[in-house]
Amino acid sequence: MSKVLTMRDAVTRHVPDGAMVLLGAQLEQMIPFAAGHEIIRQGKRDLQLVGPISDILFDQMIGAGCVARVFAAWVGNVSAGVGYCFRRAVEQSDPRRLDVVDYTNFTVALALHAGAMGVPFMPTYATLGSDVLGRNGNLREFASPVSEEKLVAVRALRPEVAIIHAQRADAEGNAHLWGNLGVAVDGARAARKVIVVAEEIVAPDVIASDPNRTLIPGFLVAAVAHEPWGAHPSPVQGYYGRDHAYFTQYHEQSKTAADFAKWLERWVMTAPDRRAYMDLVGACRVGELGVKEHALSAAADFGY
Amino acid sequence: MGSIAQTETARGYTRSELMVAAAGREVRDGELVFVGMRLPMLGFMVAKRTHAPNAVGLYENGVIRTTPAPELLYTMADPPNLRGATQLGQMLDVMNLLQQGRVQAGFLGAAEVDRFGNLNTTWGRRGGAQTRLPGSGGACDIACLAQRTVALLAHEKARLVERVTYITSPGYGAGDGWRKQQGLRAGSGPAAVITTMGVLRFGEDGEAFLASLHPGVHVEDVLSNTGWTLRVADRLVETPAPTAAELAVMRELDPKRFWTK
Repeated sequence: MSKVLTMRDAVTRHVPDGAMVLLGAQLEQMIPFAAGHEIIRQGKRDLQLVGPISDILFDQMIGAGCVARVFAAWVGNVSAGVGYCFRRAVEQSDPRRLDVVDYTNFTVALALHAGAMGVPFMPTYATLGSDVLGRNGNLREFASPVSEEKLVAVRALRPEVAIIHAQRADAEGNAHLWGNLGVAVDGARAARKVIVVAEEIVAPDVIASDPNRTLIPGFLVAAVAHEPWGAHPSPVQGYYGRDHAYFTQYHEQSKTAADFAKWLERWVMTAPDRRAYMDLVGACRVGELGVKEHALSAAADFGY
Repeated sequence: MGSIAQTETARGYTRSELMVAAAGREVRDGELVFVGMRLPMLGFMVAKRTHAPNAVGLYENGVIRTTPAPELLYTMADPPNLRGATQLGQMLDVMNLLQQGRVQAGFLGAAEVDRFGNLNTTWGRRGGAQTRLPGSGGACDIACLAQRTVALLAHEKARLVERVTYITSPGYGAGDGWRKQQGLRAGSGPAAVITTMGVLRFGEDGEAFLASLHPGVHVEDVLSNTGWTLRVADRLVETPAPTAAELAVMRELDPKRFWTK
């Protein structure tokens, strides 16, 4: 049974107000910008975003007023610095109050791993001695029951939905993703359901030809959205490069709340979908970002 | 990193290039290193191409490289960093190596560093008031778990503070014995802080001291730009200038001086 939906329908049906959403599991690659922008257009409220390092998408959604809380290790603009909307929200509650639950990369990964494993926590030595441990109620120091030492228990996170960008998927949601994995594999399993955003929808036998590369099995997936360029301005290995200039321009154009409002109007609110957004990006830039030199992997023979 | 804009001096290199070379020299051949971004990443690439060809680069997103990335990177997930990598795993795959104690060195950026090498990248200062910064990323993990860490930052009184207001990444805490008390592995901790003026290292008691001074910088300037009474090594040396080989690598990788102006 096909799970293919438009981005609009996928977001309408599967991202309710108040939901805990994993977005940006693959750090600076394959960030689901198209999904994030659709969430903003639909006026979703009180979301709780989970992600280790979020490169401007969290900043945009926070600036748009969609977010009540973030569970994150780093929120900003990776190549340019501070995320101004994030900073405004924390310092001035503008546009609304934002609760920040500070993690580290390892502890976000462990929280999702615990969720994927179906246990209440994962142990680690990370954060001992830091104020991150002291201030995050989901990190608890404890005495090891099997050795004479202190450890930190990282409480499991089980997002309501994980939105994960994949290079290709079939209509059942079985997804091949490659390149930068980050916390995507555990994230897909920790979440109650997954929305796969795919550059390409392919026939089932294409996916079935390489089951090692099927990192998200279809039975975890609620919807598949076919969204070419759905991760722009972030890169997708094998499809398009990183639009470095876009991140720099966003940094310049989100400095004040008024600047950001103009940016949002132009790039999100008046562009009804990703295709319209990519028209704004323009054919010239699209051409520059495309793959210059393909690099296919060695074939893996699953025959017998 | 803040703006370390320095025009090329009569010496033939910028302050940033000096820091990149110093960062590269903190890497020993064959080591597993958490590479970080910006100047430290460039430093690692220089090291790989000069004295540490067998060093292994680890990135928080799960990328492992024994060969240098073919192009300058703006983020660790840029497509050139993935192409031809040794392994592209999950984040947990590299973090687990760190937690096992297999990672010898990790590079960290810092908004603030204090007397005992604790770092703050969560809350800074802007116009006298507290300001929210992006957060730890992997810095806290690396500071807790790597065998040794190297931080890079501009040498300003507002950034080298007596005590950070928030410990994002633990250094030596309040001094000797602190790390052990917290449950952190023996022998781990900060090894160096490379600034725009010199290199700080740490004594047995966990307190920082000025170990080397960059060419053209006076000790008085260092002391007056540090937020505590900084100890100075008995045998203070001059930070070595970048070699021609090191500069050649930097200028090949970053010809537009995106990171090294």
